[in-house]
Amino acid sequence: MATRPAPARPFAAGLPADPASLLLQHEVEQLLYLEARLLDDWDLDAWLALYTPDARYVVPTTDLPEGDPRSDLVFIDDDRDRMAARVVRLQGRHAHREYPWSRTRRFVSNVMVTAADGDEIEATAAVAVWRFRGGESAPFVGRCDVRLRRVDGRLRLCRKRAVLDHEALSDHGALSIIL
Amino acid sequence: MDVGSLVHDRPDLGRFRVHRSAMVSPAVHELERQRIFDRCWLYLGHESEVPNPGDYARRVVAERPLFFARTRDGELAVFHNTCPHRGALVCRTDRGNAEAFRCFYHAWTFDTTGALVGVPDIEGYGPDFDRGEMGLRSPRFDSFRGFVFVCFDRDTEPLREYLAGAAEYLDLVADQDPGGMRVIPGSNRYGIKANWKLLAENSVDAYHTPFTHRSFFDYMAGAAGREAPAAGDRRGFGRSLGNGHGVMENDAGYGRPIAMWHPCYGEEARAEMQGIKDELIARHGRDKALRMCEKTRNLLIFPNLVINDIMAVTIRVFQPTGPAGMDVTAWQLVPAGEAGARLRRRLDSFLTFLGPGGFATPDDVEAVESCQQGFRSGGVEWSDLSRGMHREPRGNDELQMRCFWRRWRSLVAGTPYVEQYERGLTPGAVPETAPSPELTAAAD
Repeated sequence: MATRPAPARPFAAGLPADPASLLLQHEVEQLLYLEARLLDDWDLDAWLALYTPDARYVVPTTDLPEGDPRSDLVFIDDDRDRMAARVVRLQGRHAHREYPWSRTRRFVSNVMVTAADGDEIEATAAVAVWRFRGGESAPFVGRCDVRLRRVDGRLRLCRKRAVLDHEALSDHGALSIIL
Repeated sequence: MDVGSLVHDRPDLGRFRVHRSAMVSPAVHELERQRIFDRCWLYLGHESEVPNPGDYARRVVAERPLFFARTRDGELAVFHNTCPHRGALVCRTDRGNAEAFRCFYHAWTFDTTGALVGVPDIEGYGPDFDRGEMGLRSPRFDSFRGFVFVCFDRDTEPLREYLAGAAEYLDLVADQDPGGMRVIPGSNRYGIKANWKLLAENSVDAYHTPFTHRSFFDYMAGAAGREAPAAGDRRGFGRSLGNGHGVMENDAGYGRPIAMWHPCYGEEARAEMQGIKDELIARHGRDKALRMCEKTRNLLIFPNLVINDIMAVTIRVFQPTGPAGMDVTAWQLVPAGEAGARLRRRLDSFLTFLGPGGFATPDDVEAVESCQQGFRSGGVEWSDLSRGMHREPRGNDELQMRCFWRRWRSLVAGTPYVEQYERGLTPGAVPETAPSPELTAAAD
């Protein structure tokens, strides 16, 4: 049986059309756009600073989009320490798939706030990451589910789960960049 | 076409080289399809992927769509994934559980043993229509310690014989848990733009490890608060296992969930991991248990199966898609009894190094693609694989690659395969000749 990713939870009765909701939508979008820009600019230290100390970054495999890192094989299951190690690796000269760095451009759209409970907010977005290197070009296309938390008045990311739509990484060979 | 001329094997001169057209020639690729992939035992899947009656999983092996299933009686079944009626794929999802398999085209229905049990409007067929002959067809298949293989040649030796010395190394994996091993859900599927044999070489190459994977060792050292090991620090050996299979068995330069503690697992894991080791010693004796715990094994089963028992256990199989391309699928094998924190420790250990998002596998992909690109430059005809020919093979020598290539040459050239001992060998029985132009014509 083909497994399909569970759709993100809809915000109860939709995000209300009030000024507070508009502001929240704007804040969430701006944070996701900022993250995309920092990654495209390879400003990875600044990217990492967008995440809380208890952050988690997960990418399930293409054949099991609902994969649970506690029991299934996933591509990436980073806590904050491994996110930092990933940054160090990508900034060095020995991540050979990314030395020299690829050129990337991330497109984030269809941003929807799916839940909000006090200082914790959940959102989902469609993402396309184009990657160019060594005469090759291939997009990573998928959905990004995030959890955000307001820390000292500013939104920070505390969960990111990037679910790829590809059946296999046939054109990519690896997931050498941060989605 | 003298395809044997692509491998020059001269133990007496300490010379072993492979002509690079073996990695780029469409003619060689076609010969490999006929003489290797249509003759050898090829890995299909693991029995644990279909534990219950009606479970099935589909695969592509050597470009052939296949699927395997657990019958209602609990037997393993393997089928060509094509309707005996008109050809449509019968199994069209990657995995699942079914009462029966129904072809969507004309709704012919097959039970889990492959028998044809339903034909709509069967009155349309005459008295000579034999339903018994119209079931799903099975390739030859066999299973060893849960590893399921298929073979498309009736004349190839039985699986156990084919595996030769590799069987012992499959035992060292399968014996890690009294309840056996299981493949967990989720697989790594990726493409590499390189010849499949380059990944076979890379998978049993410890020479590259400290250099290509330096960032991995830096990361592990950082987690442990110590310096990364220097090149050549790990002791071990390479072995030919017969029939082209080979292994390198080395001291682990990192932690192993079964069961070698490393600071990256945390102090709280220490006692539990000692318990795992003690259980293995009780069950297998000290020598075998310590070998299981403290040595890493990179096993290459000819032609395209790799089982790496390193910081976790991975099954990796690669299907050539052309002279300069392959599809790779990798799974994770875990002791069936592992759960909770113990399983999570293993899953985490896997991800440090392995997989498209790991801290090492992307570098291997880059390395083999880089070789394939380098071949286009010309100017150099031969690749060298002579490392360690003059001494007892060490873990970071290339004996295990040479035995792969010797088997490759015997199959594509149709010459007898002779196990060779490199030291003290009588001078090369195979003369070195220049490859003919039809072989060296590069792919577009």
